[in-house]
Parts: sequence; C-alpha cells; structure tokens
Amino acid sequence: MYNKTITELAKDLRAGDYSSVELTQAYLERIKKHKTLNCFITVAEEQALETAKIADTKLSSGEASLLTGIPIAQKDIFCTQGIKTTCGSKMLDNFTAPYNATVVENFNNAGAVMLGKLNMDEFAMGSSNETSFYGAVKNPWDTGTVPGGSSGGSASAVAAQLTPAATGTDTGGSIRQPAALCGITGLKPTYGRVSRYGMIAFASSLDQAGPMARSAEDAALLLQTMSGFDTKDSTSVDRSVPDYSAGLNNSLEGLKIGLPKEFFSEGLNNDVAKTIETAVNEYQKMGAEIKEVSLPNMKLSIPVYYVIAPAECSANLSRYDGVRYGYRCKDPVDLTDLYIRSRGEAFGDEVKRRILMGTYALSAGYYDAYYIKAQKVRRLISEDFNKVFSEVDVLMGPVSPSTAFGLGEKTDDPIEMYLADIYTIAVNLAGLPAMSVPAGFVDNKPVGLQIIGNYFKEDHLLNIAHQYQQATNWHQQTPKGFE
Amino acid sequence: MSLTTEEVKKIAYLARLGIAEKDVAAYAKDLSSILDLMTQMSETDTDSVKPMAHPMDQNQRLRADSATEPNQRELFQAIAPQVESGLYLVPKVID
Repeated sequence: MYNKTITELAKDLRAGDYSSVELTQAYLERIKKHKTLNCFITVAEEQALETAKIADTKLSSGEASLLTGIPIAQKDIFCTQGIKTTCGSKMLDNFTAPYNATVVENFNNAGAVMLGKLNMDEFAMGSSNETSFYGAVKNPWDTGTVPGGSSGGSASAVAAQLTPAATGTDTGGSIRQPAALCGITGLKPTYGRVSRYGMIAFASSLDQAGPMARSAEDAALLLQTMSGFDTKDSTSVDRSVPDYSAGLNNSLEGLKIGLPKEFFSEGLNNDVAKTIETAVNEYQKMGAEIKEVSLPNMKLSIPVYYVIAPAECSANLSRYDGVRYGYRCKDPVDLTDLYIRSRGEAFGDEVKRRILMGTYALSAGYYDAYYIKAQKVRRLISEDFNKVFSEVDVLMGPVSPSTAFGLGEKTDDPIEMYLADIYTIAVNLAGLPAMSVPAGFVDNKPVGLQIIGNYFKEDHLLNIAHQYQQATNWHQQTPKGFE
Repeated sequence: MSLTTEEVKKIAYLARLGIAEKDVAAYAKDLSSILDLMTQMSETDTDSVKPMAHPMDQNQRLRADSATEPNQRELFQAIAPQVESGLYLVPKVID
C-alpha cells in the first residue's frame, strides 16, 4: 500500500480493503522502522489513531471527502494545537501552539490523518536540513547524503514512503530543492495562494507553503485542500481556486517552453544538465516547442535574496524574546541580559548569521545601500520573468546544480551553500509558482526538473508535470531498502 | 568589504543576540564574505527603478477597525516561561 497514490488509497478505503486505522498503523510502524532517517521531530501516534477512527466512521456513513482517512505529515513550521511545534529550533523546543495554522485546519476539515511533524532546517534557514536542532535528516537514496532543505524531513519521508504526502514551505527553494534531491514532486505556489496564518514566519515577502508528494496528481489534491483566501493572513490573495485535477490530462501540443540560458551556464553539473535535456526532449515528443530565452538579472538573485531574506528574518525573529513563549535563559540579571542570553542560547549558528546579516543590512547608514538596493534589483529580476512570459508559457531548467551532496560537506562554508540556491531563489523574489519533478538519476541519485509558470498557473504546471509522469516512471522509483 | 569584530559585536547587541566571544571572529569572516557577494548588486544601475516590496505590488489589505480576536489570555499565558496574576514576569526594569 505504501506506493499507492492518494486516489488509490481513497478507493481502497471505500472498498474496505483496509480501514484508515489500519492504514495509519501501517505508516506509524514504518516511521518507527526507519527512525534513523530522522524525518520526524514529533510523531503524533495517539492523535493520528483517534482521527483515523473518526475517519472510518465518516467513510462508512458516506460523509467522507477524498482526503478523509488519508495519512499526511506536516512540516514542523505549521502550528498545531496540542502538538508541539518547534520550527527545528531549541527556541521552540517547549512550544505548543494555542491554535492551528490554516493549512493544518484545512487538512483537518478534509478529514486527513496527521502522522506527525517533520524535521526541517532551523526556522527554515538552510539548504541541507543540517541546521535543525534535532539533527540532520538523511536522504533515503544515499543515507550519507543530505535530503536538501529546508523541507528535508518532508522530502525524505515522502521518498522513503513514511507518509503518502507532506507539506513544505518555500522561501528560497525549500520545497523544490529537497523534492529534487529526494526524487519526489514538490510545488511552490504563487505568493499569496496558500494562507500563511500559523506558519512560522521567516521572510514574509517570500514565504509560501505548498505540497510535497509522489506525483503531480497527488500534489493537485493537496494543493486543492491547502489553497484559498484567508482573512487571517494579510498577504493571502482573494482569488477563486480552480479545480487543480480537472486539467491534468490536457494535451501539451503547442506548449511553448522557454529554456533560460542562465540555467545552463557554468556551475551546473554536466550529468544533471544532460538529464534535464533528456526531460525537455520528452516534452518535445509530446508536441511542445522549445525556445531559448534569457533572464539577464538572474545572477543577481543570490545577493538580492541574501539581503532581503536575512533582513526580513531579523525583523520576524525579534519576536523571540524569552518573555511570552519559547526558551528563556536561567537567572537573567536584567531585561537586556534576558533577551541576549535567551536568544544567544537558543538560536543556532545559521540563524544567528542571518539575524546579524539582516540587522546590519537594516541598520542606519546601510539601509539604502543594501535593503533598498536589493529591492530595486528584485524588481529587475521580476521584470525579466514578465518579459519571457510574454514569449513562452513555462520555463524549464534544473532545480539544483548537483545531486544530493554529502552530510557535512558544505557546513563549513555558508557561501557555498548559498550559491547552490541559484536556480530556485529568483522564483521566490518574483513570487511565481514552480515545481520540481523527478527527471532521472545521476549515480543513483535523483535529479529534479524545475518547471516555472506565470502567476496563478498552478493548474497548468500540474498538467505539464502530470503529462510527463504519464510518459516516464521516474516518480515511481523507490530507494533501495524502502520498497 | 570586511567587518571588524567590534562591528560584529555592535550588530549582535543591536539584535540583542548573544554570541560567544570565541565565535566573533568566525562571524566577522562569514559576514564579510556575504557582504562581498552583495557588491555585485552595485554594478547594476537602478536609479530609475522603484523598490519592490511585494512580489505582485499589492498593498496591505485593510479591514474594519473592530476587535475580531476573543480574549484568550489564559491560553496564551499557559505557554509563557513565567507569569503571575495574569502578568508576564521579567527582571525588574525600574527601581
């Protein structure tokens, strides 16, 4: 049952092949069996079984929705009432939110069963899941390598089939890069499509939540549940949600695909490049037209991102003051000591680096040179995308310049880690939707194809990904030892 | 561009962020190389470009100025490090 799609699981539940309680138990056992991957920070066994029981009643009385009784897991950045929410940080190791995030609430209303909370880079700052207070997550394809980050627990758990699907968040690539490195399907929606209420803030002009699953078909179902206007999130977009599954089988005849030349320049691993070319050829066979395009300012996305994201993070993380919730140092002598030591003792290295960077970029005398300058260049990057989307329907390229790298390989050099985000962060700066789709392997490690669409074209992206998954079976591969 | 250890200490204080004395030099080095990366931006002419604060240039949505949140003081204080009689406790600020 572990390799079934959500639609298949829903069918089996209705046919009575197994109950939601049995399905949930099976996944809980599997999570225990593969504990060494370190995917979960909290397993919500008791609550999951309770929800599954209710789901079984609803299934038998015919009140169920498609997701009723289907196990899922939440990235530990989403607040869950009554279940610890840590955001991968010592700061929130003792934090149980007094309310549910809207995304969590949406899944609860649909009757989905939450298996637990997934490991992640501390406050979603990282590209390898190694900054988590709860330790690194391992990639099931090669347990000596990273799963990517920051949604590393989500990607690894879906790849190892410890959950049929999971949620993630993407500020600079945190859904797409781990999805690519773990060989699963991930979608970062348009900025504002999914409510961020109860999703712990990192960089508020960039953060967006999305689904991580084993196929585009499943991702469509999850996105359907996650999306929608929410008055509790002031950045939520008031716009109707289309039926994401309706157009999955549309023909791709005449689809115009742009290949930004900047995605294929120096720094990209040759074998990854070849894998992406093969995937693009597959689209050509389906009737798509290919055109080379250019995003001339894309190279500036790294400096722009590493000004804007730290600046916004330094402001967002100022709420952790040791007063209202979270970690408090022992025996503070005065209020300043309370702030300084609580934050100093509970934040990890990468979070501190970014708070320092952001504080500097926002400080008097530097604000214009860094923050305003970055916001101006951000507009140029965004305009590059607007221009190419007048010529083509979607853009394709790699997600990551290489396959999964070794645990500990890049931890000594933060800059090297930042540079690996080159293909994902421009999308966040522009606020566009984008996907990572499994496109093959290099040395038995997965490679992800990135598909970038215009604003609110998630349905089209899912259609394009689904058609590829009808023609190929990369997304159905399972790592050895996790069959 | 390079930051001195003194500057790093000043920034850390502004952020009310404790960093160990032994780590200051490493942060100075890392931040300096991050700032080097930023200098790439200065080569681009942006004189006539408007700063972009929101990906779709949307303004913050307004709502009626009315109380929508119920008072849940006890619920919120249940997760606080130290409270007494409905108040959050911190070290003495005024003598």
